[in-house]
Amino acid sequence: MKYATTMIIGAGIALLAAGLFMPGWLTFLLTLAFAKGLVVMGLLLLMRAGLVSFGQGLYYCLGAYCVGIAGDYFETQNALLLILLAVVVCVALAAIIGLLLCRYRDIFFAMFSMAFSMILYGVLVKSSAFGSSDGFNVKPPLLFGWTPTGESGPFLAYGLAVVALVGVGIFVWRYLRSPMGYAGEAVRENEIRVEYLGASVRRIIYTKYLLAAAMAGLGGGITALAAGHIDPEMAYWTTSGEFVFIALMGGVGHAAGPVIGAVLFELLRTYAFQISPYTWQMILGIALLVIILYLPKGVWSLVERVTKGKPL
Amino acid sequence: MFIPFAKKSALVGLLVASAVAQPVLAADEYKLGLVTFLSGGAAGPFGVPAQNAANLLLETLNEGALPAPYNAKGINGRTIKPIYVDEAGGATKQSSEYRNLVERQGVDAVVGYISSGDCLAVPAVAEELKTLTVLFDCGTPRVFEDNSFKYVFRTGPTTTMDSVAASYYIKDIFPNLKAVSGINQNYSFGHESWADFYGSLKGLQADIDVPTKQFPKIYAGQYGAEISALMVNSADVIHSSFWGGDMEAFLLQGAARGLFEDQTALLTTGESAMYRLSDQIPEGTILGGRGPFGIYAPDNALNRWFRDAYSKRFGTQPTYPAYKMVQGILGLKLATEQAAAKVSGQPTTEDVVSAFEYLEYEGPGGKVSMNMGKGHQASMEMVYGRYALKDGKPAVTDVRRYAAECVNPSDNMPANEWIEKGMPGAKCN
Repeated sequence: MKYATTMIIGAGIALLAAGLFMPGWLTFLLTLAFAKGLVVMGLLLLMRAGLVSFGQGLYYCLGAYCVGIAGDYFETQNALLLILLAVVVCVALAAIIGLLLCRYRDIFFAMFSMAFSMILYGVLVKSSAFGSSDGFNVKPPLLFGWTPTGESGPFLAYGLAVVALVGVGIFVWRYLRSPMGYAGEAVRENEIRVEYLGASVRRIIYTKYLLAAAMAGLGGGITALAAGHIDPEMAYWTTSGEFVFIALMGGVGHAAGPVIGAVLFELLRTYAFQISPYTWQMILGIALLVIILYLPKGVWSLVERVTKGKPL
Repeated sequence: MFIPFAKKSALVGLLVASAVAQPVLAADEYKLGLVTFLSGGAAGPFGVPAQNAANLLLETLNEGALPAPYNAKGINGRTIKPIYVDEAGGATKQSSEYRNLVERQGVDAVVGYISSGDCLAVPAVAEELKTLTVLFDCGTPRVFEDNSFKYVFRTGPTTTMDSVAASYYIKDIFPNLKAVSGINQNYSFGHESWADFYGSLKGLQADIDVPTKQFPKIYAGQYGAEISALMVNSADVIHSSFWGGDMEAFLLQGAARGLFEDQTALLTTGESAMYRLSDQIPEGTILGGRGPFGIYAPDNALNRWFRDAYSKRFGTQPTYPAYKMVQGILGLKLATEQAAAKVSGQPTTEDVVSAFEYLEYEGPGGKVSMNMGKGHQASMEMVYGRYALKDGKPAVTDVRRYAAECVNPSDNMPANEWIEKGMPGAKCN
């Protein structure tokens, strides 16, 4: 366990160091990918319990709007404060919605979660104060007196994303090996047995839902700071669908799956855009198809095959 | 067992190869990033006509075959090489793609953006990367109201004048105007269009009645319920900023139910569909073209060339997105060449910026004055007319032109504030 923690921290430091030498476009792309990876890590917790949420966009968008609105109205651009606020608000909302959602399973859970996300979308589109569907610009972030300008602009958000990723990564990695983590798979396999063992299925799912909301809010907040502009599209169901797409690509077998999936997805998309501006969607679709056909457990399963000595 | 491995290797190989392969940059090449919708609902009516126009214009420019003063080859003698990017994917995605254009592909300038959301998101990145960027089509006045940018210009007028001129026009055409209804899409452009139109009309006629206003979902396609509401709550004019497939569906479904028999439709973007839907648009419908574009464009050498060449190549007349694209690229060319005349060698981006500020030039749609937003935002005249078939061909009658100073706020005043205060300082003839 110590070994893995050191590995994750080491990877984080390496990423930060690499950030100093990366071209700006790559820094930005990785920031967005890591932010999405955070959301998908939350989704992973739910998926391992057999619940596919098509509504993580709700917290992704809410987190982003918290950062944008608080930056405007409370006159603070302190990145940490804003992100903390985003997470708190998301968890608070999830605490209410979760009470209802954790009574549902399968397609009902998916549809219900999507419905809540679409409600937020509808409300935001109607509110002209927040720029309706055009959204609005987020003020550039600060970090305790450090005001990044020009070239170092994208680096602040990148640094935040890497630090968040390391923190959440260690947490998720440990969580998946804790009794609560394993309980997710137990719930997926047989809820009645879990109840007979003395654990509350509802509480297990509720906790996971709150955690997933916190991670989605975190991802949304970082995206807002990095992109400098937010719009209601973040709560639209296609955004939530993208998270599921990434989860399928990366695989839910390991905490690293979502991050690899997100980076791969963003790289694939940007090069698909460049190589074939007319048919980039087809490239993405084919990539997912290939992964589902040949690597049904996601790209991460390649690593597992190698490390566990299974044939390629 | 080997197949998944091979697939993966091929994929990674592809990625690496394209990342490593830096395009060879010819010294006399001007790389121009062009961003319009190539997929999704806005591609057909806006993105593709604009891209077609860009293709045609760049080819002609590279041959140096455009009428004066645009007859110099390329941009300041450099051959223009276009790099197309799809505008799909949302504002965050577009910020990312903008960085790729500048940092990975090394473009000299970017012309693009139809969606207002993208136009709000991209300028901050343009400033950071100090790259000349021309917004050609998006309409929200907020771009230069909320911020001031150095490297960003918008050669297309804002939507404010569509709505303001529409209110003047119906006051002119219907002296006994009593009531207007509205049907607009439930997103920024729809809400802003209606708010500006109603606001300015209210300023002209305080007792105007609004029997109903409808905001159906964008891309809804079915307007049965809304058409019923519009028919029951009858008005003189129905205001709509619908575009593309939505406008088409609304026209077809409304006409089938006789909606336009006693009510006149006012379509602020109607010009973009008048050739495609020439049999469906009821005669007398008021059509706007977001400026003096398309059928409303003046008869000058540039416009004659453009209409002729465009219709020969693409089999249809150019609509306003095509005009606005040409206007954007020509503005960039002219500013660059004017800057070049003052320096030896190629002008720097800063030189071009100072030449572009407060530039006045003639596009295929007539005079463009970059006199708003501290010299970064264009204003133009606005034109409305009514659809009519002349010898079976689509045309317009009752055309009225409104000067730029009449339908645009004076500099430094936000559009909604200007409309709210009753449009002070408007110079109308």
